[in-house]
Amino acid sequence: MIRLERRRRQSRAWALATPVLAVCATVATGMVMFALLGKDPVEAIRTIFWAPLFDPNLASYARPQILVKAAPLVLIAIGLSLGFRANIWNIGAEGQYIMGAIAGGATALALYPLDAWWIFPLMITAGIAGGVAWAMVPALLKIRFNANEILVSLMLVYVAEQLLASVSIGLLRNPDGIGFPGSRNLQHYESAANSELITGTGIHTGVIAAIAVALMVHALLRLHRLGFQIRLAGLSARSAAHSGANPKRLTAICLAAGGGLAGLAGIFELAGPAGQLTIDFNVGYGFTAIIVAFLGRLNPLGIVLAGLLMALTYIGGEMAQFMLNLPAAAIQAFQGMLLFFLLSMDFLSRFRIAFGTARIN
Amino acid sequence: MKFRNWLTAASAVCAYVALAAGPLHSDPLKVGFIYVGPTGDFGWTYEHDQGRLAVEEAYGDAVQTSYVESVPEGADAERVLTQMALSGHKLIFTTSFGYMDPTINVAAKFPDVRFEHATGYKRADNVSTYSARFYEGRAVIGHIAGRMTKTNKIGYIASYPIPEVIRGINSAYIHARKVNPDVEFKIVWVFTWFDPAKEADAASTLIEQGVDVIMQHTDSPAAMTIAEEKGIHAFGQASDMKQFGPNARLSSIIDNWAPYYVARTGAMMDGTWESVDTWHGINEGMVEIGEFSDQIPAEVQTEAQAISDAIVAGNYHPFTGPLNKQDGSAWLSEGETADDGVMLGMNFYVEGIEGSIPQ
Repeated sequence: MIRLERRRRQSRAWALATPVLAVCATVATGMVMFALLGKDPVEAIRTIFWAPLFDPNLASYARPQILVKAAPLVLIAIGLSLGFRANIWNIGAEGQYIMGAIAGGATALALYPLDAWWIFPLMITAGIAGGVAWAMVPALLKIRFNANEILVSLMLVYVAEQLLASVSIGLLRNPDGIGFPGSRNLQHYESAANSELITGTGIHTGVIAAIAVALMVHALLRLHRLGFQIRLAGLSARSAAHSGANPKRLTAICLAAGGGLAGLAGIFELAGPAGQLTIDFNVGYGFTAIIVAFLGRLNPLGIVLAGLLMALTYIGGEMAQFMLNLPAAAIQAFQGMLLFFLLSMDFLSRFRIAFGTARIN
Repeated sequence: MKFRNWLTAASAVCAYVALAAGPLHSDPLKVGFIYVGPTGDFGWTYEHDQGRLAVEEAYGDAVQTSYVESVPEGADAERVLTQMALSGHKLIFTTSFGYMDPTINVAAKFPDVRFEHATGYKRADNVSTYSARFYEGRAVIGHIAGRMTKTNKIGYIASYPIPEVIRGINSAYIHARKVNPDVEFKIVWVFTWFDPAKEADAASTLIEQGVDVIMQHTDSPAAMTIAEEKGIHAFGQASDMKQFGPNARLSSIIDNWAPYYVARTGAMMDGTWESVDTWHGINEGMVEIGEFSDQIPAEVQTEAQAISDAIVAGNYHPFTGPLNKQDGSAWLSEGETADDGVMLGMNFYVEGIEGSIPQ
């Protein structure tokens, strides 16, 4: 018989080593896959990881783009990580991201073409509120009726997508857009635009916010009682309750944090890189952030690194497509392998495979 | 045959000869493509990629083509285009409507790079637009659908409520209605170009509503597969799709981009490229009608062919009055035809179509 035995003690060194090992295993398996596709495996890996950072023609543009791509992933992943630590599974960040963009975008568009300094902060606040409100649905249903938050939050993504389609072709459609779907472009509305703070660096307010949130959550988990309760709830719900944590309150807080940060990411993306609310505004950041959260070991600083790595594989993956004609599916498989190896190594660091009949401890 | 095709091919050959003789062009011309779906969608993107391969075949080592597939329409497209421009691509085809603003934005930053945007309406000195008169194909298959339906219900899987899609619905409806006054269109909006699962769901929903012929304005052969399973009829969209519905497929609208791509690449090579707006149809060969299935009675085949021939000859316009808008107001009077401007901004259904355009 093959059995799984929980390891009595988890090694701290392994906890740090697993993400690194997962990346190495992904690279190794990826190279085999690329070779099977008839591409030079070393060249492929070099293009994905090296070209965005150091290619003489591309790097000066690609480096800032890594920050732009990583910012929403990091913001959302940090919010999700709080819940994941406390065994609260918000899978619907994509929907909360959309609702943040709709709420913030609608606020800005309602004020168009007014020019005032307070529009940007108001829009950001509305974005957070939109995300929180959407996350409160699974939170309340869980608290009140013990409904499964995984299902409720996930299903609400589809509802949010329908709302997005509806406002893109209806309520928020650009009146000067000759009938085509999509809102006005917020990049062209100075009071609402989330433009680059320093030209050519890619750094917009959302990038700053992502770093600030990472530091704040890091401090919260270390220093604040709430952080302690979240960590404890993940280890043992019962001991958390004994220590005075209110599980309902924790559920609400964790979902609100996830929703609020997803909403924040949504409005920064809308007012910045995307510009326009369209039917296809969301491109899956809310789901990719789940990978980023785990790749970063649910640790805020780890998530920053994981977000940067993920963004790098996106941008490097595009380069590998047009420089080496690698198919997009190969890049997606490569990214998927990363999560697979991470989770399996994570599992093996907590359990060991034993042969023979079970011992009674 | 078609004069323009011949001209295209001839200019391509000239360009190639000129190029082969010219010692100055030692580096191959880099031509980039961005696709909204995967090249294996067997529909829209597949045909654009066939066009890319035709460019490679036409010019061999003198060109180097590359592509990025499944690029979301928005910020990601802008980044991919910028990277292509930075990495030395001199001609870039952006093959979906939603790439319009990204194309214009990036083109403004790279005046030396030429862009070709499919199905949009914004141009610049270094941005051309091109599209095909798909509505001509819709007229032909609309006629066939109207003749073939037994339940008098025709399903239509629509992607986005943009003029190109609405034009297709109207053209198909007008021609189905002309031969079958009882015909009814069931339209499902899926808000995606490529999502086989959603497209298949839409097809199943339509079939449950009693539809026995399906048309689509989405990119995958999912609906064709469902039609084959359920024993009803469908049309290939963008590509022939026969292999997905050997019994279900009646005919198809095939987008043939190859001559245009070859010609534009040739123009780039011989320095004659300039910003143009191209809108070609059946006559120029950009829209092709796929072979008629032998399930279509000979008489109906002849009628359908006659419509196609009349369009090619310039004797017939699919939007010819008298036609009213859905609300009953007059649009085209007897014998009047729609001009391109109205067609490019079409945002209304013609009289008889039920339901409303999502807004």
